[in-house]
Amino acid sequence: MTAAVIEVRDLRTHLVTRWGTIKAVDGVSFRVAEGETLGLVGESGSGKSMTCLSILRLVPRPVARIVGGAVLLDGEDLLQKSAREMQRIRGKKVAMILQDPMSSLNPVFSVGMQVREPLTMHHGLTGRRLVQRAIELLASVGISSPETRLRAFPHQLSGGMRQRVVGAMAIAAPPRLLIADEPTTSLDLTIQAQYLRLLKDLQARHRLAMIFVTHNLGIVAKICDRVAVMYAGRIVEAGPVAAIFSAPAHPYTRALLESVPRLGETSDWLTPIEGQPPDLVALPPGCAFAPRCPEAMDRCRAEAPPEFAAGAAHTSRCWLEAPP
Amino acid sequence: MSLLEATDLTKHFPVRRGVFGREIGLVRAVDSISFVIEAGQTLGLVGESGCGKTTTSRLILRIVAPTSGAIRFEGGALDGLDRDGLRRYRRSVQAVFQDPYASLDPRMRIGAIVGEPLVINERPSSSALRTRVLALLELVGLPERSLDLFPHEFSGGQRQRIAIARALALSPKLVVLDEPVSALDVSIRAQILNLLRDLQRRLGVSYLFISHDLAAVAHMSHAIAVMYLGKIVEQGAAAEVALRPRHPYTQALFSAALPLQPGGRSDEIILAGEIPSPLAPPPGCRFHPRCPHAMERCARDEPRLAPESGRLVACHLYPAA
Repeated sequence: MTAAVIEVRDLRTHLVTRWGTIKAVDGVSFRVAEGETLGLVGESGSGKSMTCLSILRLVPRPVARIVGGAVLLDGEDLLQKSAREMQRIRGKKVAMILQDPMSSLNPVFSVGMQVREPLTMHHGLTGRRLVQRAIELLASVGISSPETRLRAFPHQLSGGMRQRVVGAMAIAAPPRLLIADEPTTSLDLTIQAQYLRLLKDLQARHRLAMIFVTHNLGIVAKICDRVAVMYAGRIVEAGPVAAIFSAPAHPYTRALLESVPRLGETSDWLTPIEGQPPDLVALPPGCAFAPRCPEAMDRCRAEAPPEFAAGAAHTSRCWLEAPP
Repeated sequence: MSLLEATDLTKHFPVRRGVFGREIGLVRAVDSISFVIEAGQTLGLVGESGCGKTTTSRLILRIVAPTSGAIRFEGGALDGLDRDGLRRYRRSVQAVFQDPYASLDPRMRIGAIVGEPLVINERPSSSALRTRVLALLELVGLPERSLDLFPHEFSGGQRQRIAIARALALSPKLVVLDEPVSALDVSIRAQILNLLRDLQRRLGVSYLFISHDLAAVAHMSHAIAVMYLGKIVEQGAAAEVALRPRHPYTQALFSAALPLQPGGRSDEIILAGEIPSPLAPPPGCRFHPRCPHAMERCARDEPRLAPESGRLVACHLYPAA
């Protein structure tokens, strides 16, 4: 196995709220190698975004606190770094693309200023070389006439164009790890297809390790190598994309795949997942999915299942996979 | 007779600037489109942002009046209706919107939210009101105790059930569903889609289903209309349009719909360029600057929506256009 660019070990992030402590990330472990894409899938509140923010140590304080685990970037634990060291790592070694490009772009600065900022900060570029590099970056994300676009302000660009600018800033270094948190959710379908292809191109060119956060199983099928499915703060199933789509082991993954309408399928009824998403303040003892699980046994309601092997490099947190 | 028939429906919004409100342009949000919605059936409306699908739904809900063209409902033209006639029309046509966190008043109890249309239109006695609200809650699968709770005590999926119950309170003939499941968690969407379908079977209500989730539209609809920059470019039976699209835009759109099996697709069409501004749509066929099959005449002549392989297509690739 190639060395992991990023290895997350038993990460725990808690939120302290008025209603109680929420274990937003509850013992999450995974690794992503160079050139590999990990899809982090889950519904709102499953902890996927909080996992990514924990990697960058950008969890909202003072509500959220990383209470345990390790985040190894090329072997170095980011959780042990000082605030100054983290500043040099963010944007240089680990970059992030968020869902809404307007939340990563400053509306009062021109595109050029914002694209130049990481180049000055991390690489000390100045003068003509700085401008040249900024133009190259915009061109590399498929923005036409980059010289004129440098003078544009974010509101003068379309959503797809803005997200390309964010992409250009993200690969400026280029980083070792790119975290993309639902980067195409706000884009139209045909623009989304363009952007996904762009991300794959950039990844191949720079051998980036990529974590792609999404709730859309179609995107996972299209661009990810491995996938980790999260439910209530835990990874309930992880494995190669092909294995998870052809033989999902965890009942939650299975139910998710079955509940989504597919083009070309003519059955009248979908197979829904019964019940409601879990209340994170009052999680049941045992497996968090048990109240909605069609295959729940007594043991599931009493005892949380550990991770079991469900195939080659394929794990499932479900008592059904327990060896006899 | 169809339940609703729109003929050459057009809505232009003037763009004004300056202190005197000088008109500097015209957004052709909806430009001469025609379609029908059959009783008890679903028409799916798909397209990207700016294509006019929301304006179309607002025209049908009569939130805005058309610039030209006509809507006929159960055979009668909407234009000729007086105040009372319009009120009756609005009772027959209801809507469910995307965000159930925004569409329910946080200070009203569920019983009052669902009962409000009845109170306004029929002034039932309080016991009759309670009976009918309870029947509506049961219809959408909510327990009786919901009556006295507030919206914040419900999850997104349950809130959308409440919005559906309210939309059904006056026994409408048509419900406009504008992205009804897009704001919901993935695991909840199937519940709501099944509920909508079940209600259609039981009540015979028609839907105008607007969504960018193409698989969901194909699943829910009997017929599909595809819009691009204010025009319908393809229209026909749902299975035909979704699985055997003819217009190059529909083909690209459905090829961009994400697969649910890895490695299944190799025929993906990725369109170049962006959606042009509806302020200055391209001449000729509005899709031609992005079209992989564009010919010289596409920039000049606007194609007509004409029959082709059992549906309507507006494209010069086919002789009838």
